[in-house]
Amino acid sequence: MDTKRTVFPSQGLPYLLVAPQLIITIIFFIWPAGQAVKSSFEREDPFGLSTSFVGLQHYLRLFQEPAYLASVGRTALFALAVTLISMGLALVLATAVNRLIRAGTTYSTMLLWPYAVSPVVAGILWWFIFNSSTGILPYMLEFFGMRWDHQLNGAHAMILIIIAASWKQISYNFLFFLAGLQSVPQSLNEAAAIDGAGPFKRFWTIVFPLLSPTTFFLMIVNLNYTMFDTFGVIDATTAGGPNQATNTLVYKVYTDGYIGLNLGSSSAQSVILMLFVIVLTVIQFRYVERRVQY
Amino acid sequence: MKTFNRVGLAALSLMLSTSVAFAQTEVTWWHAMGGELGEKLEEIVAGYNASQSDYVVTPVYKGTYAETMTAAIAAFRAGEQPEIVQVFEVGTGTMMAAQGAVYPVYQLMADMGADFDPSAFLPTVVGYYTDTEGNMLSMPFNSSTPIMYYNKDVFEAAGLDPETPPKTWEELEAFSRQIMEAGAAECGFTSGWISWAQLENFSAWHNQPIGTLENGFGGLDTEFVVNGPLQVKHWDNLKTWQDEGVFSYGGPGGAADAPAKFYTGECAIYMNSSASRAGVLANAEGFEVGFGMLPHYEEVEPQNSIIGGATLWVLQGADEAQYKGVADFFSYLSSAEVQADWHQFSGYLPITQAAYELSQEQGYYEANPGSDVAIKQMTLNGPTENSKGLRFGNYVQIRDIIDQEFQALLTGDKTAQQALDELVSRGNQMLRDFQAANQ
Repeated sequence: MDTKRTVFPSQGLPYLLVAPQLIITIIFFIWPAGQAVKSSFEREDPFGLSTSFVGLQHYLRLFQEPAYLASVGRTALFALAVTLISMGLALVLATAVNRLIRAGTTYSTMLLWPYAVSPVVAGILWWFIFNSSTGILPYMLEFFGMRWDHQLNGAHAMILIIIAASWKQISYNFLFFLAGLQSVPQSLNEAAAIDGAGPFKRFWTIVFPLLSPTTFFLMIVNLNYTMFDTFGVIDATTAGGPNQATNTLVYKVYTDGYIGLNLGSSSAQSVILMLFVIVLTVIQFRYVERRVQY
Repeated sequence: MKTFNRVGLAALSLMLSTSVAFAQTEVTWWHAMGGELGEKLEEIVAGYNASQSDYVVTPVYKGTYAETMTAAIAAFRAGEQPEIVQVFEVGTGTMMAAQGAVYPVYQLMADMGADFDPSAFLPTVVGYYTDTEGNMLSMPFNSSTPIMYYNKDVFEAAGLDPETPPKTWEELEAFSRQIMEAGAAECGFTSGWISWAQLENFSAWHNQPIGTLENGFGGLDTEFVVNGPLQVKHWDNLKTWQDEGVFSYGGPGGAADAPAKFYTGECAIYMNSSASRAGVLANAEGFEVGFGMLPHYEEVEPQNSIIGGATLWVLQGADEAQYKGVADFFSYLSSAEVQADWHQFSGYLPITQAAYELSQEQGYYEANPGSDVAIKQMTLNGPTENSKGLRFGNYVQIRDIIDQEFQALLTGDKTAQQALDELVSRGNQMLRDFQAANQ
């Protein structure tokens, strides 16, 4: 990527220009994150009437807790599954829509709708569909001799939240993939076609590599989405159950902090989660980005 | 008649214009009553606002109980708290410990010179919300207790007497099997609130302790002892019954799937809050509903059940005029007429003796068979230290632990003994945390 160096005539102007973004970042991201770090070292009653410093106690406790360690592995499974499914399906859909000439806009609009649905509503929707007494899906699965019960079957519950969380994210990924596909020069495709490359060959050797910046960007966004933004979906479908089978790291942060009012431990968990995501993102930038062709 | 109406209208408009002219003191009430209950609550508040001109109470719906409580606490930390907040019974421990944040009701009523007699309230209700000296800390509003609902049509189809609900767990099992064999329903029973109905109330009803030190009333040192032989036996049975289809699990917390299992006729019997009455009657289409007390095991005589529901807590930080309004509103709320109306509409318990007597006089219980099951069950015997309620800190989270361990039992990961032992040790850790944070 070639960058052009801009020289500003005065020293103050560049700072002034980035100031709004910096201020927003500090107020809405850095400061709350700092507060979370601070309260992860403290024990406090819910009303904030008495606070005492407890050092690393919350962290040590977490790493001794088998339930917490199990939830780390579970979160990894969930994040990978949601990222793969939602990006894979979105890519298939975007490729299909990209080939359409007239109906493309209509399909795109319809495929975008799920993104406008709030996470909780999406969760409730899937809860209805999968409801073991009144839902349509368990009813249909019964014909195949399968008894659906996400209330008690941990694997079923995990499948349910993966589907619910992916469904919403497909729209978002679809939009970016479609934009990415449209910027792939048609002439390259045509040239390859003339040389005798079939549609699959063309896709894997030309389109997919050219899409790599989009794919890379979406991978980071999707991992962040599953790590942070899925508690609404989980809350509305399984509430972390059965027996914590769908209790991911972020849902645990939510229940311990927001419902249980245990702010210290919840803060410690969110700091750990933040570190996980930072490490993941750094790894991606260092190792995966090398394979990206801008 | 027409002229009278016109005069009335003129008087009303005059009244409205003058009431605007006076500066009315505003009192905000955050509550968690949605649906029909929320509408009724707003009607009660509107009745209060119309009854006097000094204060205006504004009810604000803040979502579920947990959300309402968290919102109020967050608002308190930001200095934007409402004067009144409705808090569910499991939040009681947290609210009681927050001494700088709450204005105890007995103190408020005394400071504001309000007409207030704590002895007018039902002891079983008030006992849950008093401190160790017997002072009432919050204002009871909606209290309920779990009871048994059953499908009379299914009973009849299975050849059972539709007027006789099962009295014991042994009977309940036999009835359920008969119903399933006759094909009258797919499953015997389901239950809302496993933690509340099948552990806490189960223990109280069988006079078994939940925790040491009078179920936590005696101090923060309390420890769980809910892994006794009878509780183990019951959970063991629930697991067996779940496997055989006699029992059908409706999910954690309030058990979101349980009502539908009963409404659709899938399960013949349903245990849930007495305040589910309105919902049950509205949704039980095509069959008649019967009411009964919770079942007990043959070897134990039933004691009395304990309450759930919510009370109104007053928060610090408002000015005196507002607290006068709060006191005035509370007097109105606890009046026999308002309470009887709320009780009869919702299925919540009448919280004062006067409201209970008024409902009797009005012939409500005769006209609505089964509506007095809850209060009879609550007052079946004088409460013992195992059956007057429970008071544990961090109880919102402990309720989650109960659900988790129950699920571990049903999935076969643990036996009843293991699940309850684990529940006790995880719960105790929460209790110690709470103790450390509040000493």
